Amino acid sequence: MLHIKCPYCGTRSQNEFVYGGDATVKRPQLNKEVSDKEWDTFVYLRKSPRGKHLEFWQHISGCRQWIKVQRDTATHEIFKTLKPNEDI
Amino acid sequence: MPQDFRLDKIGLINRNKKISFKFNGKSYFGYEGDTLASALIANGVHLVGRSFKYHRPRGFFGAGVDEPYAIVQLYRNNETDPNARATEQELFEGLEAKSVNCWPSVNFDIGAINNFLNKFFPAGFYYKTFMWPRSFWYKVYEPFIRKAAGFGVASIKHDKERYEHKYEYCDLLITGSGPSGLASAYAAAKNGAKVILAEDKPRFGGSLLTSEVNIGNQSGKEWAENIITELKEMPNVIVRNRAQVFGYYDHNMLVMSERVNDHLAKSKKYSPKQRLWYIRAKEVVISSGSIERPLVFGNNDTPGVVLSSAAKEYLKVYGVLVGRNPLIFTNNDSGYETAIEFKKNGIWPIILDTRNNPNSEIIDEAKRMGIDIKFSHVVVAAKGYKKVKSAEIAKISEDKKKLGAIKNINCDCICVSGFWTPTIHLTSQSGNKTKFNEEIDAFVPGQSKQEETTVGSANGIFTLEETLKKSFEVGHQISKKITKNDNKVSIPTVVEKKFTKHDKFWCVPLPKEKKYKRFLDFQNDVAVTDVELALREGYRSIEHVKRYTTLGMATDQGKTSNLNGLQLVSDFENKIIPSVGHTTFRPPYTPVTIGAIVGREVGKHSKPTRKSPMHSWHEKHNAVFVDAGIWLRPRYYKQGNEGLFEASKREAENVRRNVGVCDVTTLGKIDIKGPDAAEFLNRVYTNAWLKLPVGKARYGVMLREDGIVMDDGTTTRISENHYHMTTTTAQAANVLSHLEYYLQIVWPELNVNVVSTTEQWAGAAIAGPKSRNVLQKLFPDIDISNEGLPFMGYVEGNLFGVYARIFRISFSGELAYEVNVESDNGNFMWEKIIDIGKEFLIQPYGTEALSTLRIEMGHVAGSELDGRTIPYDNGLQGLVSKKKDFIGKRSLNRSAFTAEDRQKVVGVVPLDKKTSIPEGSHLVKDANAKLPNPKLGHVSASCWSVEYNNPFSLAILRDGKNMIGQKLFALSPLKNKTIPVEIVSSHYVDPKGERVRS
Repeated sequence: MLHIKCPYCGTRSQNEFVYGGDATVKRPQLNKEVSDKEWDTFVYLRKSPRGKHLEFWQHISGCRQWIKVQRDTATHEIFKTLKPNEDI
Repeated sequence: MPQDFRLDKIGLINRNKKISFKFNGKSYFGYEGDTLASALIANGVHLVGRSFKYHRPRGFFGAGVDEPYAIVQLYRNNETDPNARATEQELFEGLEAKSVNCWPSVNFDIGAINNFLNKFFPAGFYYKTFMWPRSFWYKVYEPFIRKAAGFGVASIKHDKERYEHKYEYCDLLITGSGPSGLASAYAAAKNGAKVILAEDKPRFGGSLLTSEVNIGNQSGKEWAENIITELKEMPNVIVRNRAQVFGYYDHNMLVMSERVNDHLAKSKKYSPKQRLWYIRAKEVVISSGSIERPLVFGNNDTPGVVLSSAAKEYLKVYGVLVGRNPLIFTNNDSGYETAIEFKKNGIWPIILDTRNNPNSEIIDEAKRMGIDIKFSHVVVAAKGYKKVKSAEIAKISEDKKKLGAIKNINCDCICVSGFWTPTIHLTSQSGNKTKFNEEIDAFVPGQSKQEETTVGSANGIFTLEETLKKSFEVGHQISKKITKNDNKVSIPTVVEKKFTKHDKFWCVPLPKEKKYKRFLDFQNDVAVTDVELALREGYRSIEHVKRYTTLGMATDQGKTSNLNGLQLVSDFENKIIPSVGHTTFRPPYTPVTIGAIVGREVGKHSKPTRKSPMHSWHEKHNAVFVDAGIWLRPRYYKQGNEGLFEASKREAENVRRNVGVCDVTTLGKIDIKGPDAAEFLNRVYTNAWLKLPVGKARYGVMLREDGIVMDDGTTTRISENHYHMTTTTAQAANVLSHLEYYLQIVWPELNVNVVSTTEQWAGAAIAGPKSRNVLQKLFPDIDISNEGLPFMGYVEGNLFGVYARIFRISFSGELAYEVNVESDNGNFMWEKIIDIGKEFLIQPYGTEALSTLRIEMGHVAGSELDGRTIPYDNGLQGLVSKKKDFIGKRSLNRSAFTAEDRQKVVGVVPLDKKTSIPEGSHLVKDANAKLPNPKLGHVSASCWSVEYNNPFSLAILRDGKNMIGQKLFALSPLKNKTIPVEIVSSHYVDPKGERVRS
């Protein structure tokens, strides 16, 4: 079970969080012309890297904030956790 | 009745307390402190089971967790447990155990015929045999394999015992209370660290219980006792026995299984049978010790062949002799310790040492005692079937390849010692890259990946002096790092015997023309020839060899077999062991009961149960409840002999004719506040939200980014910047997370807050043509005429002194209102509604009637919004704005979503107007078409229409818009039904929606 440092609450066990997908994906802006390919990439295409990966988690049983977690998908090492508006 | 193999004076058992028990129906007795194994051996019982594949007789091999043989079916307190290791199961009054894997009895086992047919059961037998003919698989092979697989029988009764989970945090977790564990625990505890010390056996002390050493002028055992006593009294230390740390997981999370009551005849009151500990440790010290390695020789699985360390433990801890005529077969000095203990107790052992005249203190001592030692000698084969009767021994050449003349000598047990294997399971599970130590022919911990340190013999250190020195140091250093204290404890002086080097020899060659089976894996019956066959057939990776031969795959996880298997592979391939590598160590180290894993989360505790504030009223009025998400909702209110059908029909009819009231507390409710709330709703929902006035509700549909409908519900503008959103019961939590995602990540510039208020409001839906009459009496001061409170209107009111929110919304399709009050007032509201509604013939209705009402109105719900449908499919395309953008809009342009024959919700009526259509039925054109019959759609929801008094269903049908009037068939292979049906509009009742606006 991972130990995740919520930037708002501190370090908590994984069972307080839910995984929320790839945090490197950016939603296209509203009301913007988006090509089929661009939209398809946004909705469906995800990388599945072995190694460092930036992902969203939600502290669902805590402060309910969405956070960014930089994690190694192979070793589960967590390098950094960030608020959603922060960048690595 | 005297016990033939019990000594009078030696041992740690309580001879004042006799304990009687039964094994295979026969009564025996032992003493308090015995294990089932020690008590059976004391009674001269050596035959305890049959082996997995060949059904060869099985005795005892070890004295603890490493035991591969003595697995029994245990009976306790009218329950039965399979896979109990007799070497670990402590004796309690009335214990009953039975042998497994034998029929009709352990003494006469028909399956033993496999032993004589062993030529036909080579490695990979299953893979080779059960391939053909294919038709045999279900009827012949699978039942055969199922019957043959596994040991023992799982109980099919409900387990009445209680199992608990516990979470604990500590600075330092120490796994094992041998000398290294005690020393590091003591040093760390004295330096102020919060320590947990776990010992899997009932007694603390590990090897100190059986070794002849001195620490600080005390015997090893006394020293251990004193340290443990002191540790137990320290407030910063948790000490647990009967507790096995079996798994090392990510981020220093370890899991420990504590056998709290397994050693008692009956669990103590308020005490669980077992307790699972989730321990998050800042640092871990692994002091798991080492396990003696077997030597491989002919028939080395015969009962009476035991590990020499186990023989010593039975002697020193339990006062039990594994034999009166022991042969010690060793390649190192450890075997001498066992021999000396035998001799001290008046038994004359013979030592066969594979080494050529080695010299050490302990060998000298054995010689001084007059013990018969034969150097450069080996056991070629054990003789005897159900118990060792003699041994074939021979001299072995210097290169260990040639055997001299074979002699037969009498013995009743063979104690083997092939040196020691460090227990690196936990270390390896932590991600540590182990390395091979040539000195000791075994893997030892290498580079740590997590915060762990391995000490003592688990780290390949076999002298007590060095173990203690290092362990005190490790305990001090680690605690200093955490507590910043620097209190050192002095390291005591140690007196121990010096050992000389072991011999790398591990496997006795077969004499000419002898075909003795030489076993590597004792639990899974894997012999040298099996592994050789696998290698000849081309298996190279040790992981493949393991799976093909099942070497190390049994419940003992190869604790005694792994290294010898590796030796064989490396010898065969002329490789060194490190290049062969070892198989992956995975948790659990020892088997864990399902009960312990599940803990308290069984039955109704497997998920929380939510009840509405009106729950007890429903109970009092004969409600039959149904699970809705984690809520319990009334499904119907039973009157007299009514069943589900009659009751729900009555309730629904009453709504259509008079008025009904339904508990809708469970609907998800989300409070939305902030100056940008309207803009946010406009982006979340498919329809327009910017112009909704205060005091109005609107129905909305929200999509996922892939265009699929996520949820629907009404949202009401309570005040300028305040909205009240409702979601379906099931999706409430997901919708909240969804909204939070967009607010926190995608559009953080929007000034909006959302919070769940599901549990803050109790809700009642009042529906039916007479609902306005009820409402008027409830709120006499409010104008609730069709003009005063029109459809989709909202007002606040005073319900006999209680603040209430009144929404004119309808799910039933009738004139209807929803009244919300604070949860604490829920029951008050409900009782008022029932009381006032009496004169209008009000009746409560449950979810079944609710479904009926919505289905015949063609209102879509969870069974249509099933995660596969878009707004069009649900007839909601009118709610999709063309003017603005919203979540998921772009996906609606996908060609499949705009296809001419896109699926759409329709109504389905059976032609005979009698046969109900099972939900999930497929709609097809031709009932007799060849299989697979092309499916045009499926029935999503069915009811008995109370309006027309015939069955009615909703279906999602391809090209639904052009199918109205078509005749199709509904097929339900599950219910074996074929029903001719007609497709009609999904709006079966009141298609223009006049009633809700009346």
